[in-house]
Amino acid sequence: MALSKCMGYQNKMGLISNGTTLLDAGALDSGVPTGSMTLLSTATANNSSTITFNSGINSTYKEYIVKWINVHPNTNDQQLTVNFRDGSTAYDATKTSSAFRVGHAEDGSATEIGYQTGQDLAQGTGAQSIHYTANQNEASSSGMLHLFDPSSTTFIKHYIIVNSSDRNGQCEQQYIAGYCNVTAAIDGIQLATNENTIQTGTFKLYGIK
Amino acid sequence: MAVISNATTIADAGAFSVNLGSMVLIKTLTLSNAANASFVDGASSVVLDNTYSTYIFKFINMHPVTDTANFLVNFRDGGSAFDATKTSTAFRSLHDEADTETSFAYQPASDLAQGTGYQLIAQYVGNGNDESCSGTLHLFDPSNTTFVKHYISKANSYYANNKSNCQFTGGYCNVTAAIDGVDFKFASGNIDSGVIKMYGISK
Repeated sequence: MALSKCMGYQNKMGLISNGTTLLDAGALDSGVPTGSMTLLSTATANNSSTITFNSGINSTYKEYIVKWINVHPNTNDQQLTVNFRDGSTAYDATKTSSAFRVGHAEDGSATEIGYQTGQDLAQGTGAQSIHYTANQNEASSSGMLHLFDPSSTTFIKHYIIVNSSDRNGQCEQQYIAGYCNVTAAIDGIQLATNENTIQTGTFKLYGIK
Repeated sequence: MAVISNATTIADAGAFSVNLGSMVLIKTLTLSNAANASFVDGASSVVLDNTYSTYIFKFINMHPVTDTANFLVNFRDGGSAFDATKTSTAFRSLHDEADTETSFAYQPASDLAQGTGYQLIAQYVGNGNDESCSGTLHLFDPSNTTFVKHYISKANSYYANNKSNCQFTGGYCNVTAAIDGVDFKFASGNIDSGVIKMYGISK
């Protein structure tokens, strides 16, 4: 018999299997291995000018990941951007970052790899460029942002971004990394476009235990 | 008796049968003036064997005692020493706060060619109060005794002299012996503070 004990009293019940406690006191036992990547929020763009995550970013997790999936712009070669909130209501944390891009034309006619001076930041408070994406029906971009220890009030806040984009017949990957050069906690992340709106796309915020 | 709901076995033999998530936190080290940070299979609740196919290490706000210290990693391949033979590549992307310098280039001083010394994974980390490095190291199939052991690291550092530096490192432990330990340290001086988390990715 695998289920050795099912101890109940009124609505209090533990679950013990083969001598191992699996459930007790309204929660999984701490010894049960569980996933460390927790989905906190999902936002779906529908002609949206911004996508904002402004709750749940705190000391609960030491790392947060934002994933964007099939972000499709209204305007061709539209830029997806991100910015961070460092205490006030504005998304304007001071940032320094580096950026490089790898590209390959669909017809094989061109390749590129190089630093992108137009997409890095030097103590800038404006939005961090992620990438440009075409707006043909099938074109989109997908990627992810890692933000480390946003609630720290001692250290700067490192972020690392990887994005893949269909940009008018060219496959492009963008790699961006930098830091919010502030010791105030980061408590909000906002994705936006440089013009028009995000026609469609899914955005997910995860916490890493 | 197993716990079965709607014909699905939920729990049996002392464990849940359903997937509770594939990224499992194995160990967290919170460091304070430490010479190094070691994760060794079988020690201090660390599992680094064939239980998982991939292991991930997240190093968060590693702060050195000594300024411009490189952050390093090495691997143990059977003995007690962290000295597995490694070959790797390294490149970086750098930009300073004054907007006077950018760099995107291969880093010949940060790669290894059958080296047994420590692998650099974050460059010249500053020791100012708010300065640090953070990143991720993936180690694939460390218990395999047929193949080499691949690792990939990506880290951003507050590079001394007010620069953002992202270091990309990839390589392999060129051994068929199992890797059963991973060790992190700064090239000079202690780890003043930082958190390193070890995860296993379920097969």
